[in-house]
Amino acid sequence: MAKIKSFEELKKIKDQVQSKVGLREKGENIDNLIQIRVAMATCGIASGAREIMNYMIDEMTSQGIENAVVTQTGCMGYCYAEPTIEVTTPGKEPVIYGDVTKEKAKEIIDEHVIKGELVDGIIPMTHKTIDQ
Amino acid sequence: MANYTMHMLVCSGTGCKSAESDLITANLEKYVAEANMTDEVQVLKTGCFGFCEKGPVVKILPDNTFYVQVTPDDAEEIVNEHIIKGRKVERLLFVDPKTEKMVSDSKKMDFYKKQLRIALRNCGLIDPDNIDEYIARDGYHALGMALTEMTPQDVIKVVKDSGLRGRGGGGFPTGLKWEIASKNDADQKYVVCNADEGDPGAFMDRSILEGDPHSVVEAMAICGYSMGATIGKVYIRAEYPLAIKRLEKAIEDAREYGLLGKDIMGTGFDFDIELTFGAGAFVCGEETALIHSMEGERGEPTTKPPFPAESGYWGKPTNVNNVETFANVPVILLKGADWFSSIGSEKSKGTKVFALAGKINNVGLIEVPMGTTLREVIYDIGGGIKDGKKFKAVQTGGPSGGCLTVDDLDTPIDYENLIAKGSMMGSGGMIVMDEDDCMPAVAKFYLEFTEEESCGKCTPCRVGTKRLSELLELITDGKGKMEHLDELKRLSRVIKDTALCGLGQTAPNPVLSTMEAFWDEYIAHIKDGRCPAGQCTNLLQYIISEAKCVGCTACVRVCPTNAITGTVKKPHVIDQAKCIKCGACYDKCKFEAISKQ
Amino acid sequence: MVANIQLTEEKFQELEAFINSLPTTKGELIRVLHKAQNIFGYLPAEVQKFVAKKLDVPTAKVFGVVTFYSYFTMVPKGENDIAICLGTACYVRGAEKILDAIKKEINIGVGETTPDGKFSITSLRCVGACGLAPVILVGEKVYGRITPDMVKGIIDNYR
Repeated sequence: MAKIKSFEELKKIKDQVQSKVGLREKGENIDNLIQIRVAMATCGIASGAREIMNYMIDEMTSQGIENAVVTQTGCMGYCYAEPTIEVTTPGKEPVIYGDVTKEKAKEIIDEHVIKGELVDGIIPMTHKTIDQ
Repeated sequence: MANYTMHMLVCSGTGCKSAESDLITANLEKYVAEANMTDEVQVLKTGCFGFCEKGPVVKILPDNTFYVQVTPDDAEEIVNEHIIKGRKVERLLFVDPKTEKMVSDSKKMDFYKKQLRIALRNCGLIDPDNIDEYIARDGYHALGMALTEMTPQDVIKVVKDSGLRGRGGGGFPTGLKWEIASKNDADQKYVVCNADEGDPGAFMDRSILEGDPHSVVEAMAICGYSMGATIGKVYIRAEYPLAIKRLEKAIEDAREYGLLGKDIMGTGFDFDIELTFGAGAFVCGEETALIHSMEGERGEPTTKPPFPAESGYWGKPTNVNNVETFANVPVILLKGADWFSSIGSEKSKGTKVFALAGKINNVGLIEVPMGTTLREVIYDIGGGIKDGKKFKAVQTGGPSGGCLTVDDLDTPIDYENLIAKGSMMGSGGMIVMDEDDCMPAVAKFYLEFTEEESCGKCTPCRVGTKRLSELLELITDGKGKMEHLDELKRLSRVIKDTALCGLGQTAPNPVLSTMEAFWDEYIAHIKDGRCPAGQCTNLLQYIISEAKCVGCTACVRVCPTNAITGTVKKPHVIDQAKCIKCGACYDKCKFEAISKQ
Repeated sequence: MVANIQLTEEKFQELEAFINSLPTTKGELIRVLHKAQNIFGYLPAEVQKFVAKKLDVPTAKVFGVVTFYSYFTMVPKGENDIAICLGTACYVRGAEKILDAIKKEINIGVGETTPDGKFSITSLRCVGACGLAPVILVGEKVYGRITPDMVKGIIDNYR
């Protein structure tokens, strides 16, 4: 470890390590955040869910989006439409997108997460989520 | 780099560690690796979550799922169900005893709802062995701010204005203490952290050191800056191996980062910390005794003045604060004096950490705003008395404190109110007692403790505590006389007035406060030869109920002294002169015909 | 056990090396005694005299410090040290009855060691596992929520 030579340097380190606890801090406030759950069961991962998830995390970090959190869940049952992601806005019903590509993921972030507008590719809900 | 989307936090405070939480962590790691999820799921050990009653605890974030009483064997199911399949493991969720519903979100549990965690802000949230996680939570920012933007006087002013008072017992204003130490010029001054938690039944300070050691390190450096000290010393119990290990690691990492040592953050301020090990002596909680112990001597107190702020460690100005007091400091600097002083009651600001234990449903470590009532603590947070019994008293302040009773349930808890009730804040042990606890016996328990821990230097304490405990012994043995009660009162007053230090001056508190609140119980022991709680063996009487006894003779056969007589199928009687109160008949009787009185 | 209590020359040398490594011996008596107890397992008169000589302080002072602190012991601990928590939380949940059961089971009192060196009993104030009260420790292993009739079974594990 290099020595921290000024208060400014300490602040920079904080920005770099923020992600270590950012997820936990968000968890303390989860009810007020938009939750994006990526289905990360075997079939999801095989269809590229891991790449989509990482892409979304990176994209949201680079855009500085603070009011949403990306987490993972198990199989949602839409095997024909993997990768699938579920977006839950506080106080609203969850929305599920199927066949998510990077382009679609970007669209979801730009339109749904930031502006609150739904985009194409929604799968009608047939299952119950972890909280119900 | 791994993009974690899920964190599994495993409590590794002493309570949960005692119940194999390390093995839980290892198993979780193993199954996460087997599921090929090591880049998404991070398993880590944190400090105490506080909910010790239901430990070991595993918390999963960000969905805030709180699993209780987890065993190492449950790890596989948690990973398979929660992580892979996205379903909660319902059998491990906490069940609210009132509604009998499962609660998965810890924020919605009664235990946490009324709590406000300031000193414990990072406990159970960060990995205490990882300095980066502390920095991510604004760690060392208060120190950086103090060194670059504030004068030592500014720092003292903020601490003074915040109203922070010593959390170790007496409640002396912390800012004022720092100010006095800063005004005494010397070539060397010392900052001392008292981590010698000797109060039986208290584990707050240890939990902070285990869960968030950097907060204490940072605060000590801030204190050093404000008073002009360059050396910090932590006086810590050798019996706290885990806390020592975490603190040593924290100090080492802080040095590596240049947050301790020479020229901290390029500001020219030097400060370093070393550990000194105590060897187990309750009296060392007293400042002057602690300082003598740090000098390698017997931990005997000396008269004040001179106060340590003038002449302390090796005769130099020394400021002593306890762990919890220090843990509050960084947040106060960052959030401001106004924020802190807006919490709490009129004269007691901020929060207090309590170790809630005894006959209560939710044993644990809690932090509540000053001024919270005892009722809220016991019934809302603590979940009420164990096994549906009746609440009798709560003991605060350990051996120096006293008992609060049913009448005090709605008293807001703060320094002044506790003193007015004949108790004190102490370090924060809070032991709940129910109808089965005998108050003279509890007083005896504490007096035996102070008698043993009295350093022997002054006579009132050395001899006085011995006499007090002898008198209590007579009473609980059934040999008490009414004049013994007068004697207890008189002696207590003398000790309070004449003992040298806090240990002796407060030693009679458990006697006086139990006599005040439970006078009837003392009388029952003496006049009726009876222990209402049924605890004092010598005063117990086993009695056979004529109505319930069917004359099965089972008790006759187990009685070792042939004290039970009677004919078959007729009610039996116990000869009290022969009975040795072994309880064998009581255990044997199938008809609940034998009662203890 | 037997190996544990031997006051061998090497042990004295180890202690001496530690004392010599200290920059100053001023105020370091307790630190040296911690080390000594760590090396020898206990602090018999011979060790106290040795420490006194090395630090150039009266033996009476060393004895005074050793007897003052509960952590220091002049009796060697047993192979299995049974430490019982007598903190208030454990007390109200019946620690005294547990202690009585332990005493009865191995026939020694607190601070004593069995003649065969197998067991010793120590009392301590609060382990911090109040949720598990009453608690005993055998060596490093913690046993929680115990009742008097569990005592025999626990001790039998170490016989």
